[in-house]
Amino acid sequence: MKKNLRIANTKFIDQTSRISFKFNGKTLYGFKGDSLASALLANNIHLVARSFKYHRPRGIMTCGSEEPNAIVQIGNDPSLTDPNVRATEIEIYEGLEATSQNCWPSVNFDIGGINNFISPLLPAGFYYKTFMWPASFWEKYEYFIRHSAGLGKAPKKPDPDLYDHQYAHCDVLVVGGGISGIISAKLSATKGLDTILIDDKNFLGGSTIYQENSSYKINDINSNKWLNKEIESLRDYPNLIIKNRTSLAAFHGYNYLLARENLTDHLSYNEKKDRIRQRLWKIRSKKVIIATGSIERPLIFSNNDRPGIILCSSIKKYIDYYGVKTGENISLFTNNDSAYETALSLNKSGIKINAIVDIRKYSESSIVKEVLNLGVNILWESTIVETHGYKRIKSFEVMKLSKDGNSVVGSKSKYITDCLGISGGWTPMVHLFTQSGGKLKFKNDDNIFVPDENKTPSDQTSVGSCNGDFKLNEIIGNTVENLKVFLDLNKTCYDDMKVICPDEKTKRNIWLLPSDKPLYKTKPFLDFQNDSTAKDVKLALREGFKSIEHVKRYTTTGMGTDQGKLSNMHALGIIADTTGTNMGELGTTTFRPPYTPLSFGTIVGRNVGEFFDHTRRTAIHDWHIENKAEFENVGQWKRPWYFPKNGETMHQAVQRESKAARDSAGILDASTLGKIDIQGTDASEFLNRVYTNSWSKLAIGKCRYGLMLNEDGMVYDDGVTTRVGDNHYIMTTTTGGASNVLSKLEDYLQTEWTELDVYLTTVTDQYSTISICGPNSKNIIQKLIPDLDLSDKNFPHMSFKNSKIFNVKCRIMRISFTGEHSYEINIQSNYAKDLWKKSIDIGREYNITPYGTETMHLLRAEKGFIITGQDTDGTLTPSDLQMDWIIGKKKYDFIGKRSLYRSDTIREDRKQLVGLLTDDPKEVLEEGAQLVENINNKPVEMLGHVTSSYFSPNLNKSIALAIVKSGKKMKGKKLIVPMENKNISVTITDTVFYDKENKRLNA
Amino acid sequence: MFLINCPYCGERDQTEFSCGGEAHLERPKQPTELSDDQWAEYLFMRKNIKGIQYERWNHTHGCRKWFNIVRDTSNDKIHAVYKIGEKPPVKI
Ligand SMILES: [Zn+2]
Repeated sequence: MKKNLRIANTKFIDQTSRISFKFNGKTLYGFKGDSLASALLANNIHLVARSFKYHRPRGIMTCGSEEPNAIVQIGNDPSLTDPNVRATEIEIYEGLEATSQNCWPSVNFDIGGINNFISPLLPAGFYYKTFMWPASFWEKYEYFIRHSAGLGKAPKKPDPDLYDHQYAHCDVLVVGGGISGIISAKLSATKGLDTILIDDKNFLGGSTIYQENSSYKINDINSNKWLNKEIESLRDYPNLIIKNRTSLAAFHGYNYLLARENLTDHLSYNEKKDRIRQRLWKIRSKKVIIATGSIERPLIFSNNDRPGIILCSSIKKYIDYYGVKTGENISLFTNNDSAYETALSLNKSGIKINAIVDIRKYSESSIVKEVLNLGVNILWESTIVETHGYKRIKSFEVMKLSKDGNSVVGSKSKYITDCLGISGGWTPMVHLFTQSGGKLKFKNDDNIFVPDENKTPSDQTSVGSCNGDFKLNEIIGNTVENLKVFLDLNKTCYDDMKVICPDEKTKRNIWLLPSDKPLYKTKPFLDFQNDSTAKDVKLALREGFKSIEHVKRYTTTGMGTDQGKLSNMHALGIIADTTGTNMGELGTTTFRPPYTPLSFGTIVGRNVGEFFDHTRRTAIHDWHIENKAEFENVGQWKRPWYFPKNGETMHQAVQRESKAARDSAGILDASTLGKIDIQGTDASEFLNRVYTNSWSKLAIGKCRYGLMLNEDGMVYDDGVTTRVGDNHYIMTTTTGGASNVLSKLEDYLQTEWTELDVYLTTVTDQYSTISICGPNSKNIIQKLIPDLDLSDKNFPHMSFKNSKIFNVKCRIMRISFTGEHSYEINIQSNYAKDLWKKSIDIGREYNITPYGTETMHLLRAEKGFIITGQDTDGTLTPSDLQMDWIIGKKKYDFIGKRSLYRSDTIREDRKQLVGLLTDDPKEVLEEGAQLVENINNKPVEMLGHVTSSYFSPNLNKSIALAIVKSGKKMKGKKLIVPMENKNISVTITDTVFYDKENKRLNA
Repeated sequence: MFLINCPYCGERDQTEFSCGGEAHLERPKQPTELSDDQWAEYLFMRKNIKGIQYERWNHTHGCRKWFNIVRDTSNDKIHAVYKIGEKPPVKI
């Protein structure tokens, strides 16, 4: 049915620029300035979605961020589509494609609609009660649920759009551009404060700006004209920044706020191209003024969810702002005066008002009288008991309310209508206030929660209707009075204002309106998005749920993407009424950020892909790439994992590298090891305190392995430290532990041992480390540095020399992590790649083989050397690791010493490090595999697990390290490693598998 | 996300800092002379107060200095900042 529901030009819609868009595949037209919702309504489309649980037809219900129904999917490319967009918030643009979500196969014919007819079987907690049991059925339920329900489809490809983050600092941030926000911004800017005003709409002025009604006058002119002048005057302030299409997402402590600025969502595809889509503002403001207004409440009665049932204030905005009729035979249902404003707007636009149903006895307000004078049929002290019409409301039935409002009396009369406006009063938007830590108080007169001025965090204030002021004169008067104190103002341009507005005198509120039918035969919806009804809340209370937080989770009321903006107050009201509690004592559920959903793209901004995390590369990295290394991530470092040759598998490459390192020579880029330069007159004493062994007697030019514990006695890090001078050491740490070790040492120096004269400097990046090992390592080093005396006498194992290579100073340590004769050269990083290449050239005649971390791990496992973080997990003491030899027994104290003889750490049945050999030497265990003694004794006791496991090419058999309960005493004992399809038999051995006598160190 | 007035650098965003837990837990000078219970008291027991708490903080992404703050954990208000070795303010 083609109808023109566009009534007239408004100043907000440009009827000269027509825009085409698609909704569910059909091409439609709207105008620049339309929201998708207003454009759909102009095309007489109300039915836009199916509800979540019952798949009931649902229509556009509001005009803002509180919209529960009109949630659409944007874009036609399923890999890049944008789900869960509110049709009331998105502005249309040329080429926009939107589809209904949560309906299959189409919004007009939805298979899930059958849920509506079986709804008595789907009460509150249905999912909990049914689908949770038996657990094995879950997969079947899941298929059914996923297919027939769901909130939109996630895009399958990475988000192609650009997002940005920006910081802003200001004196005053005003949130909300309605009349109180405008007044606040102007007062702040006039005082010379750096001010930012943000508003989520494309047009400032809130609901006042389209209030073309002579009942509202400010200084003798209509309130909308007055406000328009004020908005224009804001341009005169260079210290005021106004951000439209910007919604506040979160209000954190210390006035730190996040706001999302929408830059291109309203533009056509061509205009959007290559531009930043959204910007996340991180705002630190000295003071914050919240002026977020209020939203209208629905009324809760049977079948109050049909398409065509819209909030009264939204009907008014569609007419006055967008110039769109939401129907041609409209009725209104209210408990307050604001519906009468809608009536006047309808009348002015020549739209028939069928009837106004008002639950109050009467209202004396001037605005009601105005409507009465128009001859509109007002049904006082009445309620709607039922509505009809499947895909659009067609009629409703009205009955008289009893005095107490708990039941209906008299006869029923039926009214035909094509649109029903509902108004249940107003709810202040206090979300941001509570997010910031403010506490609410309940105002019984208006049935609202408002900020408690005594429990408001400092440096913020709330003004306007979000603070509970609804009358124009009070909004202006109280805002100005409040800001005089808050901003320390004397006289303002808003003193002595003449404000005329209607005065609401009669109030009546019934949270759940009665019906002539018993409750179980009605469908009074509370949360439209999650399909929960007043019945569900009552059922939850009957079943014993008392806390509002529990009722919320059990019934899912308020848990949709709208966070219960429309439903929370009624849910609370019904709980209070049913349990006989005062709403103020009941409290509210917690409002959590974000206020409206944020896309992940906005949250991460530019920190995607390459920029997600830092990547650290060694100075030799390019050579590794040229030589086809496979890389492993170690912390933020990229380390060569292995260097495959001629299509080798990882296993083949590692076996070749490991063999070559022991047979002749291997070369490793060890630059990632943490290096800390330690200087000061107390450096030796400091090392005595941080390592378990003794350092005072270490001669200059000697190296020593050290084990570092936490105060709880557990192994934390390890590495070799070299004494390069009397008061000068170089400590090495594990690659992953480097920064934590430095922080920990700094902590002790700064806070516990302030008397020590010690200075720590990280030199990890400044020095690169090249490790050359194997029987021919000595020959290679000798060729690199011909004048260095490499004899065991002059340069023994665990010592160091200062030297020069191509006239560049370097430090050479003779230390070994492989058990081979081995050197580590530390050189300034900018010479490292040249030195590496030179070493490879010189070593060619010895088949010098570059190896990666995997071979390094294999070689050290052959020697039984631990890797902290792989063989340890923060629960092992040195004794557990069979490393008692490294505990300085005579030392008075070191970090963790006292913990080594706590009752728990001296237990003999702790898990301890052991070696494992498989009965079948070819069988390589999986790291992490469990160890058990007897697989038939149920329950099977887990004795420990495999921490390192390799096939050793040098021993030609499988070797492993493991931690096992009482492992030290179990040498020679057989255990079982149970795997999915077999049990592997293993024998507990010593942890050292290769060269037990350490002969190769001096080979 | 609060602001912390580093005694060495001035006011900075919380993201630059890391919290080191309860302050004024002095490491015993002679741990070996303590009983298991006494050592456990130092090692494991923390007050975790709702309200005024004395805390250690480190300006991790700044000067790397440790210092103490007095913070109300119920509303994150910082009542005082003082250097290591300085006495905590008597009155909050
Ligand atoms: Zn600092």
